[in-house]
Amino acid sequence: MTDITPSGASLLVQDARTQKRNRAEARFKMYGLAAIAVGLLMLVILLTTIISRGTGAFQQTYVTLEVPLLEAKLDKKGNRDLADIKKVSTFGYAPLMKAAFEEKVAAAGIETSLKSKQMAALLSKDAAATLRNYVLQDVDVIGQTIEFEFLTNSRVDGYLKGRVSRDSMANDKSINAAQLDLVDALIADGSLRKRFNLDFITGADASDQRPEAAGMGVAMIGSFFMMLVVLALALPIGVAASIYLEEFAPKNWITDIIEVNISNLAAVPSIVFGILGLAVFINYMHLPNSAPLVGGLVLTLMTLPTIIISTRASLKSVPPSIRDAALGVGASKMQSVFHHVLPLAAPGILTGTIIGLAQALGETAPLLLIGMVGFIASNPPDGITSGLMDPNSAMPAQIYEWAKRADPAFYERAWGGIIILLVFLITMNAIAVLLRRRFERRW
Amino acid sequence: MSLTKLTTSALAIAAVSATAAAARDQVQVAGSSTVLPYASIVAEAFGENFDFPTPVVESGGSSAGLKRFCEGVGENTIDVANASRKIKEKEIKVCAENGVTDIIEVRVGYDGIVFASDINGETFAFTPTDWYKALSETLVMDGKVVANPYTMWNEVNADFPAQPIQAYVPGTKHGTREVFEDKVILAGCEATGDFEVFLAAATGDSDKAKKKAAEKACIALRTDGKSVDIDGDYTETLARIESNKDGIGVFGLAFYENNTDKLQVATMSGVVPSTESIATGEYPVSRPLFFYVKKAHIGVIPGLKEYAEFFVADEIAGPDGPLAEYGLVSDPELAETQETVSGEAVMGGGS
Repeated sequence: MTDITPSGASLLVQDARTQKRNRAEARFKMYGLAAIAVGLLMLVILLTTIISRGTGAFQQTYVTLEVPLLEAKLDKKGNRDLADIKKVSTFGYAPLMKAAFEEKVAAAGIETSLKSKQMAALLSKDAAATLRNYVLQDVDVIGQTIEFEFLTNSRVDGYLKGRVSRDSMANDKSINAAQLDLVDALIADGSLRKRFNLDFITGADASDQRPEAAGMGVAMIGSFFMMLVVLALALPIGVAASIYLEEFAPKNWITDIIEVNISNLAAVPSIVFGILGLAVFINYMHLPNSAPLVGGLVLTLMTLPTIIISTRASLKSVPPSIRDAALGVGASKMQSVFHHVLPLAAPGILTGTIIGLAQALGETAPLLLIGMVGFIASNPPDGITSGLMDPNSAMPAQIYEWAKRADPAFYERAWGGIIILLVFLITMNAIAVLLRRRFERRW
Repeated sequence: MSLTKLTTSALAIAAVSATAAAARDQVQVAGSSTVLPYASIVAEAFGENFDFPTPVVESGGSSAGLKRFCEGVGENTIDVANASRKIKEKEIKVCAENGVTDIIEVRVGYDGIVFASDINGETFAFTPTDWYKALSETLVMDGKVVANPYTMWNEVNADFPAQPIQAYVPGTKHGTREVFEDKVILAGCEATGDFEVFLAAATGDSDKAKKKAAEKACIALRTDGKSVDIDGDYTETLARIESNKDGIGVFGLAFYENNTDKLQVATMSGVVPSTESIATGEYPVSRPLFFYVKKAHIGVIPGLKEYAEFFVADEIAGPDGPLAEYGLVSDPELAETQETVSGEAVMGGGS
């Protein structure tokens, strides 16, 4: 009799070959894990860079001032006639700012050697425009003293965010040490503070001199109208084309050529569509420059192949037995497609469309050529026609434009813009995944 | 479904109205990326202070802007072209062929070009001769034309520190490149006397052709990697300097003034660049900035003339205006320019 081996130990003795195969498997698993780890690491680096650099754009420095709206400056005739008051340009509002700042410094008991002009220079150039718009909306406020919260200029904002320090501004003629002393005193006084800046999400682009006032809102509307055009054109055309190709078209060399061409188009660099758009839509059809309609048309061309390919794939995945059953009980070919195949393929089609839209949303290159980059997104549109036809930018084009500008404050806004764009892309992709999870059927 | 219907019908209406007669109500501007910041400041203030919508300013370069400007007259062509150089004869001819005959030329001021390096690096005091000797492809040594042998700045000029030559200059599509070649490299070439040697060696049918060939020999930059063409914007040049501390880049004055925490500026012929030294003409490397207005569009596009007048108004382009604050050197002859605009005086005389 042989001894019983202790429990737990296996009787199986691995030979050298098996051990080798097992080691190879373990190694392969490790490679896979390493690949995923590298990918995750890159993602973490990317996200932390974007978030650490971009979150600053969502906060902005404001200063609270009580502005005396002097009748002598704003309405010399004293008759509250809107036409006369409009003649006072934003430059005419500068003395009010100076007066308000002097008042503030005196009231808070801050000692400073600065002249009122240098004090007012701490404010954003946007402040005068804010004030003027306020007065024009209701001329009866002239003569009163009203409390405002104004943006400060980008240097002061950079000081609060740590971008500008007393060492780094040694050669900067836009700000000096005495001004920073005043800023410190105002912070201590509680009237100068950093807070959440909704205007960055909803506002319009601003010129190079006032990065603190620039916002993404109008470019976002531009992107929205472009996506509307893409959706309204690419979805019906793409779905109709794929249904015909998949269900009705005869299989011959012509359809083969079409299929190869569609796959090819999907791989064409997007800038090519931009050049095409410039030549066809603007130079030949005379559609307006920089219009979201043209941007949408160009992006439609770009998105169509993606939608056709994904629609055909989801039509193909519907089992033939469903078609056969429908035909068997007497449905026509068209009825079988529209009553049975299309509803079953719909989740896949929608997923493909959303992914195509997300891709189009992030596209910059074709927009460069049709004039959507520059100082464009400055007027919010006032209706559907104006939204489609009036010059506008798009989110990625706005980010590109900001990254080019000289003031480092714009660089921060470019990163902030990336955060907004990413939020949109993640939301769209999450919806696509959700739709697929909930409605997709497997056979 | 109704949403799709609504959008498609809206699209159709929009497309029809666009092809029929879309009354464009905002001024459209395109051109030089150097003028873009100034134009955007003006456009913004214009939108705030007038009842017209804010003009649209696109960039793309002087040449691209003038090309679009000369495409013809009509609402789907631009009204104003920004340029960091004067319009060329060739471009005026193209304009005329396409029916753009009356062009108003407006000089808005001057822009300085500066040489800057990393803030913590060595300090330089350049002359055009130094740049010519450092960057030219060929030099004259002992009467013979040889390939540029220098690799260190102290070889070029004994006063300089021993730092490898590494320059980032604007690419050929930039208007800035032309100024750099004319006012720095060519000036250095003439100052060293190399120009005469190139001229003597030049072949050509006429004196003019010879001179051109000699100039070309002067401004040819070395291609061994010591001089790098930057086709992007100044932000790219800045990024290159941040990664290579030995690099020296060519910038616009306004860009430098916004990035004084990262860059230090070099003097040129002993003069520190500033709006003041450029205005007096002491600092040698500067160029005028222009914009061109299509006269045929005045009265058709609302706000066009007002925009042009506003651009050159004292409160905007004057020495205390926001443009000067941003880095533009204001034009001492601004009053004349204002007259040109208000009188709608076109180029080449006439009304």
